[in-house]
Amino acid sequence: QIGVLDVDICGPSLPKIFGVEGEQVHQSGSGWSPVYVDDNLSLMSVGFLLSKADEAVIWRGPKKNGMIKQFLRDVDWGEIDYLLIDTPPGTSDEHLSIAQYLKESDVDGAIVITTPQEVALLDVRKEITFCRKVDLPIIGVVENMSSFVCPKCKVSTQIFPASTGGGQKMAEDMNVPFLGSLPLDPRIGKCCDEGKSFLTEVPDSPATQAYKQIMSKIVEYCTKRNENRESDSGEMKTN
Amino acid sequence: AGKKVGLLDVDLCGPSIPRMFNVHQQDIHQCSEGWLPVFVDKEQKLALMSIGFLVENEQDAIIWRGPKKTAMIKQFLKDVVWRDLDYLIIDTPPGTTDEHISAIENLKAYNPDGAILVTTPQAVSVGDVKREITFCRKTHIPVIGLIENMSGFVCPNCTECTNVFSKGGGQALAKEYHVPFLGCIPLDPELSKSCDEGKDFVEHYEGSPTLQAIQKVVDRLVKIDRDLP
Repeated sequence: QIGVLDVDICGPSLPKIFGVEGEQVHQSGSGWSPVYVDDNLSLMSVGFLLSKADEAVIWRGPKKNGMIKQFLRDVDWGEIDYLLIDTPPGTSDEHLSIAQYLKESDVDGAIVITTPQEVALLDVRKEITFCRKVDLPIIGVVENMSSFVCPKCKVSTQIFPASTGGGQKMAEDMNVPFLGSLPLDPRIGKCCDEGKSFLTEVPDSPATQAYKQIMSKIVEYCTKRNENRESDSGEMKTN
Repeated sequence: AGKKVGLLDVDLCGPSIPRMFNVHQQDIHQCSEGWLPVFVDKEQKLALMSIGFLVENEQDAIIWRGPKKTAMIKQFLKDVVWRDLDYLIIDTPPGTTDEHISAIENLKAYNPDGAILVTTPQAVSVGDVKREITFCRKTHIPVIGLIENMSGFVCPNCTECTNVFSKGGGQALAKEYHVPFLGCIPLDPELSKSCDEGKDFVEHYEGSPTLQAIQKVVDRLVKIDRDLP
């Protein structure tokens, strides 16, 4: 059971990506119900609260923080195994609010996404610094848009060359795990635009394999952390 | 050509502009009138200001909430001694929040020419940029035009063009919202590398279709500027 919380307040794209654009959020006694994409996948986004597709959310920090607080407090996720929070780029209000409001919840960690070029790594190193400053564990780094295979001649090109070693070298330099690279498959963007699941639509893409490998590493990390948590509390009980 | 341009980087959390111009090692100096921008060239035709120049270590994060960002942007617009410029370009991060609101509020008195919007072709990006158009309308900022970036990739091996991030979304958006379409810019790995190395793409990649597309956009912008009242 997975809940996804979209805290990109100004650019809420997840409803479109999950194929549930235009759906409504309902309120009940137990809080706001997220929108169900599937039986085991629910989503909350400010996108569901806007009346028009081009409505701009022109909010300063405090108002964004208020919305994020409300999302964390009032959404009735039910029993979920994972809550994924998708943040915009940056190290500002959205990120600080998530870190602060979830301080007591023993967050498993952050997955940091980069593209291979140095200009992107420049920003992402700062994200890693941010995680360290707010004591947020780092599950690992994912390098997106890694390489492109021409559908005609099958030759691979780096559209965004890793001129300084890419995500893998950066992860090594900053002493964080590297979870993997995702190749640039134009069908990923197409599926996002159409609200379809790329993993279901294009199961034989190298990108699908890469996604699955990265996901299994994340699950392994979280499972291990959970086991450690349980064994810690077990020891306390015996004592 | 020959114009004096100032470039203000208000992406406070992700200030990439100094690196792209290979001036990231430089410092800001003060004079009696305020802060001096960093000049990229000997002739002092291109001046930059970015929080990147004020940060010691590139790994240091600017972990600021809205009010602090707002104050910094106000200071950039008030205290930098740009001197006589033909163009002042303000590069904002994506969004419609503190940076954008502050930039507009502080510039309103100077009657800004308008905003240039950049999208990539796919619907997910176009969805965000629609909101940027709404923002401009709500804040009474004219939309000078829209650019469709990362529009197609020509394989260097077989010259087959693939629409890596779809195609045409920007052009359709411009038509739907009646804003001028400034052009499509194809992907070129050399542009990405040039930005990383702070190399002058214009100087080194004359034959690149990407450069030619960028040149066409600039020509259109200069023409629009000439036609402004």
